[in-house]
Amino acid sequence: MFKDIFQKKQKKKYIVVPQNQEQTRKEIPDGIVIKCKKCQHILYTKDLEKNLKVCTQCQYHYPLSARERIGSLVDEGTFVEFDAEMTSSNPLSFPEYEEKIASDQKKTNLQDAIITGKGMIESYPVVIGVMDPSFRMGSMGSVVGEKITRAIEHSLKTKTPFLLFSASGGARMQEGVLSLMQMAKTSAALKKLDKAGLLFISIMTDPTTGGVSASFASLGDINMAEPGALIGFAGRRIIEQTIRQKLPDDFQTSEFLLEHGQLDQVVHRHELKKNLATILQLHQ
Amino acid sequence: MSELEQEKSLQSIKKTISELKTLSETSDIDLSAEIARLEEKAKQLSEDYYKNLSPWQRVQLARHGERPTTLEYIEAIFDDFIELHGDRVFGDDQAIIGGIASLNGQPVTVIGHQKGRNTKENLQRNFGMGHPEGYRKALRLMEQAEKFGRPIVTFINTAGAYPGIEGEKRGQSEAIARNLREMAGLEVPILCFVIGEGGSGGALGIGVGDRIYMLENSYYSVISPEGAAAILWKDSTQAQRAAEAMKITSHDLKELGVIDGIVPEPKGGAHLDKKAQTDFVKGFIEQGLQELTTLSKEELIEQRYEKYKKIGEVIEKENMD
Repeated sequence: MFKDIFQKKQKKKYIVVPQNQEQTRKEIPDGIVIKCKKCQHILYTKDLEKNLKVCTQCQYHYPLSARERIGSLVDEGTFVEFDAEMTSSNPLSFPEYEEKIASDQKKTNLQDAIITGKGMIESYPVVIGVMDPSFRMGSMGSVVGEKITRAIEHSLKTKTPFLLFSASGGARMQEGVLSLMQMAKTSAALKKLDKAGLLFISIMTDPTTGGVSASFASLGDINMAEPGALIGFAGRRIIEQTIRQKLPDDFQTSEFLLEHGQLDQVVHRHELKKNLATILQLHQ
Repeated sequence: MSELEQEKSLQSIKKTISELKTLSETSDIDLSAEIARLEEKAKQLSEDYYKNLSPWQRVQLARHGERPTTLEYIEAIFDDFIELHGDRVFGDDQAIIGGIASLNGQPVTVIGHQKGRNTKENLQRNFGMGHPEGYRKALRLMEQAEKFGRPIVTFINTAGAYPGIEGEKRGQSEAIARNLREMAGLEVPILCFVIGEGGSGGALGIGVGDRIYMLENSYYSVISPEGAAAILWKDSTQAQRAAEAMKITSHDLKELGVIDGIVPEPKGGAHLDKKAQTDFVKGFIEQGLQELTTLSKEELIEQRYEKYKKIGEVIEKENMD
């Protein structure tokens, strides 16, 4: 059929549009159209970007980079980044760690797996941290732990609500037990925030697992998640190996957690800003 | 000398000593001087040997089936132990136990992972791998300790929190996370001892405190050496290599500033002389509590916060915000 030929041709001949620096890393491949990785529907890249990277057909939420997330939520011109230059050392002299960090820095244009700062959401001041799943799978080492802790301390000092978007595979192996201890450090800071009566909203995005799930991400006064996000303590493969049975498809999704009483809300990306603003307003 | 050679030469000297002893008993030759000389040499060799155990050898000792368990420490160190059960929500997790007891007449709350001694016990104890209800029971008992102004002693010995369906449904992450946050704010002294395996979040879930001690041959790690090897090199047989790279021994953690002290072990491991081992631990508890007793509640919590705040290593460039 003529139609088939046309489609094939189009597939082969992608036109590469120039990308700005924030989009150098591609969850969504370069091109005018892409096939949704969930529902296989063909989408215009432009439409997808306009739709906050949510598939217009199946509502699959593509991962957002930390900068995209901040851009989509924080009032224009209000964001001030904290600790922008902080980077990882190699405290255990772990083989190939420095190379991996350097390569991800180049690939993502980030220093590490999180951006923290302050800004306004619908004119409400917030301190905000946003993890980026494309940097070492969003894993938490000393830099992530320290930046979160400092952000919480800033929130405490300025009596401002704290928001954290998690997207992480867990603790960063290459920093060993130092990564594990970041769980205790960030949680201890959250205890101070809690005692001071300040609001902490945790927003879990795909994926929020392991040590991040078992520390700050679960400690919000309100814990919410984006639809379809993978959220859990142990990895799926580990559980399957341990119990020797296959897990259902929806296991460890946002919806599964909501059903089991582990989340306050599952919120569509389009509703997120409004939802956050309402919560902030109710805590003024 | 390599580890293996060391061990071989130690074995051969021990054999010679026993031969000489038999010989001196069955004949009239006086070999006592020679025996004493060899025994001295054996002692030196074995000290060198145990001082230089590899991380992987220590992991094996930490997992040793005969290693003293939490209940054995409790029995040897405290009096009047009464075990308290249940999280008041779901059930009683036998992998994490707790209760009240007295230490030289002072009331304390004691909590720990409990491993079994044999297969039957291990099934009952789930190999010391806790579920959410175990962590919630621990928190309930810790809050109770705070109410009555009792110090808390925890014994950590788990490969990790149990990775299973039920745990996920009941909020394994939330249970551990909550413990981390609440332990940071408890207004009573908390002493934590890693007595065997310090397996990741499951260990940390009862491991936030004012003093963290590790037994010499225990390990504390963000992921099991086997797990790390499987992820890093797609090969779980590389566990030995991972154990070295991840710096998981008591000496490593002391150097990294994560722990406050190393409890010595009898030569060859805690299981070889339980009396000596429990005495060592008791000494550390007494010392730790004495150090903390002069602090006000505010000082206690602030020092605990600062202790964790310092952990980690980052590079900061100049001229930043």
